[in-house]
Amino acid sequence: MSLGNIFDIAGSGMTAQSLRLNTTASNIANAETASSSTDTTYRARKPVFSAIQQSMLNPGQQAFGAQGSEDAGAGVRVEGIVESEAELQMRYEPNHPAANADGYVFYPNVNVVEEMADMMSSSRSFQMNVDIMNTAKSMMQRILTLGQQ
Amino acid sequence: MAITFDKALGIHQHALEARVKRAEVLANNLANADTPGFKARDMDFQAMMQKAQDSMSGFGMEKTHPGHMDTSAGASDSDLLYRVPNQPSVDGNTVDSQAEQTRFMRNAMDYQASFQFLNSKFTGLTKALKGE
Repeated sequence: MSLGNIFDIAGSGMTAQSLRLNTTASNIANAETASSSTDTTYRARKPVFSAIQQSMLNPGQQAFGAQGSEDAGAGVRVEGIVESEAELQMRYEPNHPAANADGYVFYPNVNVVEEMADMMSSSRSFQMNVDIMNTAKSMMQRILTLGQQ
Repeated sequence: MAITFDKALGIHQHALEARVKRAEVLANNLANADTPGFKARDMDFQAMMQKAQDSMSGFGMEKTHPGHMDTSAGASDSDLLYRVPNQPSVDGNTVDSQAEQTRFMRNAMDYQASFQFLNSKFTGLTKALKGE
């Protein structure tokens, strides 16, 4: 029964969304981490999502005549995490312990408002996947009662 | 006249199967709600039922090997189609999560209906066997 696939799909969605929530948490936690050079400054991290195709999971079963569009898909995966290329904030704070010779410190390029919006989006998406899983569970439980009086 | 389960249960078992497949496709759409460039998909339920009906009537050719070609009516266009978005987002994603969730819920209700029909068939058979 392919109802089991729904658990995998929703599970992959939950994994991806919780990883996104993790990067958001890391970005917000480090939003004020100053440093004395551009190389060592924290940069905002973003996950990159991509769709999994069923043919990717079992390439041997892709038989002759089966088109790619027959493939229902098998969820989402995280390709990797990229660091934001946005410009770092340079502030003149001569009294800061990490200030460089010219009295400047570098702050991360984390946009806190954007991160908060991202946080809401990922927690909503997580909830949605949980709902899917619950529905699939009740569908499966119902099929077990087939033929009972 | 031989009594077979296939004949006794009618179209409902195929309907139930189609509902499960559709649930899978919709779940995949929702899991990829934040994937850039992902195109939402859905299946043509009517075409699937037509295919099931053809195979039940006995005129359809049976596929007993994955390499066999599909010869039934409507085989040229696949069951899985791409959704036409009302408003695609900037990153090329066409999943409208609210609409997809509504469809998923409705599909679950339709599944329940199909299940109810199938269950009644079994109840009927049991009653016939017991002679109540």
